Amino acid sequence: MPARTSWIPYALIAPSVAFLAALFLMPLVQTIWLSFSAGDALSLENYRRMAGDLNFSLAVKNTFLLTLVVVPLQVVLALAMATMVTKLDKGRDLVLWVLTIPLGISDLAAGLAWLALLQNTGYLNSALYALGLIEGPTGWLSQETPWSLFFAIVLAELWRATAIVLVILIAGLQLIPKEFSEAAEIFGAKPWTRFTRITLPLLKPSLQSALILRTVLAFEVFAVVYALGGRNFPVLAGEAYVWQNDNQNYGIAAAYAVLIMAISLAATAVYLRVLRTRPEQLP
Amino acid sequence: MADIVIDRVVKEFGTFRALQEVSLTVNDGEFVALLGPSGCGKTTLLRIIAGLETQTSGRIVIGGQDVSNLVPRKRGLAMVFQNYAVFPHMTVFENVAFGLRMQKAQQAEVKRKVERAAALLHIESYLDRYPAKLSGGQRQRVAVARALAVEPAVLLMDEPLSNLDALLRLEMRTELKAVLREAGTTTIYVTHDQTEAMGLADRIAVMYGGKIEQIGSPLEIYATPATRFVGGFIGSPPMNFIKVQCSQGTARIGDAALPCPATGKDMELGLRGEDASLSPNGSGIPFDIRVVEPMGSHLLLTGSIDGQPARIVAPPIAKVNPGERVGLTVDPARVTWIDSTTGRAIAQP
Ligand SMILES: Nc1ncnc2c1ncn2[C@@H]1O[C@H](COP(=O)(O)OP(=O)(O)OP(=O)(O)O)[C@@H](O)[C@H]1O
Ligand SMILES: [Mg+2]
Repeated sequence: MPARTSWIPYALIAPSVAFLAALFLMPLVQTIWLSFSAGDALSLENYRRMAGDLNFSLAVKNTFLLTLVVVPLQVVLALAMATMVTKLDKGRDLVLWVLTIPLGISDLAAGLAWLALLQNTGYLNSALYALGLIEGPTGWLSQETPWSLFFAIVLAELWRATAIVLVILIAGLQLIPKEFSEAAEIFGAKPWTRFTRITLPLLKPSLQSALILRTVLAFEVFAVVYALGGRNFPVLAGEAYVWQNDNQNYGIAAAYAVLIMAISLAATAVYLRVLRTRPEQLP
Repeated sequence: MADIVIDRVVKEFGTFRALQEVSLTVNDGEFVALLGPSGCGKTTLLRIIAGLETQTSGRIVIGGQDVSNLVPRKRGLAMVFQNYAVFPHMTVFENVAFGLRMQKAQQAEVKRKVERAAALLHIESYLDRYPAKLSGGQRQRVAVARALAVEPAVLLMDEPLSNLDALLRLEMRTELKAVLREAGTTTIYVTHDQTEAMGLADRIAVMYGGKIEQIGSPLEIYATPATRFVGGFIGSPPMNFIKVQCSQGTARIGDAALPCPATGKDMELGLRGEDASLSPNGSGIPFDIRVVEPMGSHLLLTGSIDGQPARIVAPPIAKVNPGERVGLTVDPARVTWIDSTTGRAIAQP
């Protein structure tokens, strides 16, 4: 009876499609429209003003710099942690649970927590002062110390969002039967060779998912940066926020939003292509 | 020289004892089959020899060197895994070449050895395919070729032909045997197929419940089983066990009298179906036939002796019918006497 039942899947999926259309597609179309309009006419004026802004190139540079530093570091860290966690016999769940606690903390709260640590009168300075390493309150997060500000943001981002990569990679590692690594070991592969020749290639689908997720989120980075550096370290999402709220210019804010989306889509496309696994190579 | 000495190896998984003091010596160049029912510890023993599992106690010595604390790659052996473990992300060629690549062999040598192993296993035409596109039996042959390609001194194989059709299995079996004999490879071959074990092995080790019940040449195992389990596990049909009374060195069943070892214990007569023959005049051990199955080369008769179930093999042209009672004559030298309480064979008088 395929003819009679063929509409059922569509009927069942309809509510979620409607939901998506109302709450995601509509705003998306509106935003794109907003970014491309001046008054009621189609125009690139918003993009022209966005690109001409003093902070624009800095925001682009900072966002890419942050992504290029944070995402690879997170993947390396998560790979190392995941490898260790999967080797644990006892207490694996507890360790995993502790490692994923930062996931439960909102990014703004995480940014504020790191601010409490790193600001002039923060715990770091108190400790350094007690140890006699500094004379008095020292600024780490100001415009005069761009590198320590950058370093602080990287640190906070690593702390906050490495766990999501970790969780994905652990799930991926658990899907790889241990016989592959064992067979490689029997035939003479040392640990590092096993990791590069067996584990990594078989982990590629999970790496791809983790990279897409993390990279897209990294291009949208905002709250942590805002909490730690305010506009001392302009990023794309931060500029969108400033234009939307401080300057009340929705068109330029929308242009920033569309730009972030375009970059994310491009990055995703690159990952899908570069890390594609041919179906016949799946276990 | 690569002999293997397994010295009182015990393996416990938590409270479960998978191996209980297994000792076994495999001589250099010898082919030993590990034969036993599912779950008896064959794979566990193989993994301990390979170093993939650590024994709870005991030692493994290969070629005179105690390897108990060595990692697998330092033990100088190759292995065929029960579930193949063929690398899915490499072509068949790269799979077979893997061990050679790890040894940093020259490309020309890799190619030569891979092609040789592939030809032996009849997988030459799949060399540039990925394993996902192969059948189970083809994948299994890739796993065997990968192990043969490195020309190991010691080869461990865990049911390497289990997924092949009968014809191909027979062919592979013969070729494996020839190749391994020629190369002088010390081989431990796990199987639960007794004809495979019989055909391939210099010696068979029969395992049961984490113990080795008996080690010996295929003929010894077949003709003089050490325990009731071995007699019942080896041979088709399995050995028959008939409870008898043995008094003054003679056991009487019907009007037949057999010399028995006079030990005063309860004992069972272990009788192979093909070691009994139908007596021309109906004298001898009475056998009540219930079912007659023509098997082509012989008739398989199922019935009972003295009220106890038994299976007898008769010539294909024998004239017997279900419901009939026939007499069997047996050669006293070919029977096994089993102590009923211990299940072990009693030495012949
Ligand atoms: N990792 C493990 N943890 C707990 N018990 C195990 C483990 N591996 C094996 N066992 C147990 O040890 C016993 C022997 O297992 P093993 O895999 O050696 O059997 P086998 O003889 O190879 O059987 P088969 O012919 O079915 O492959 C089984 O009862 C099994 O349940
Ligand atoms: Mg097994």
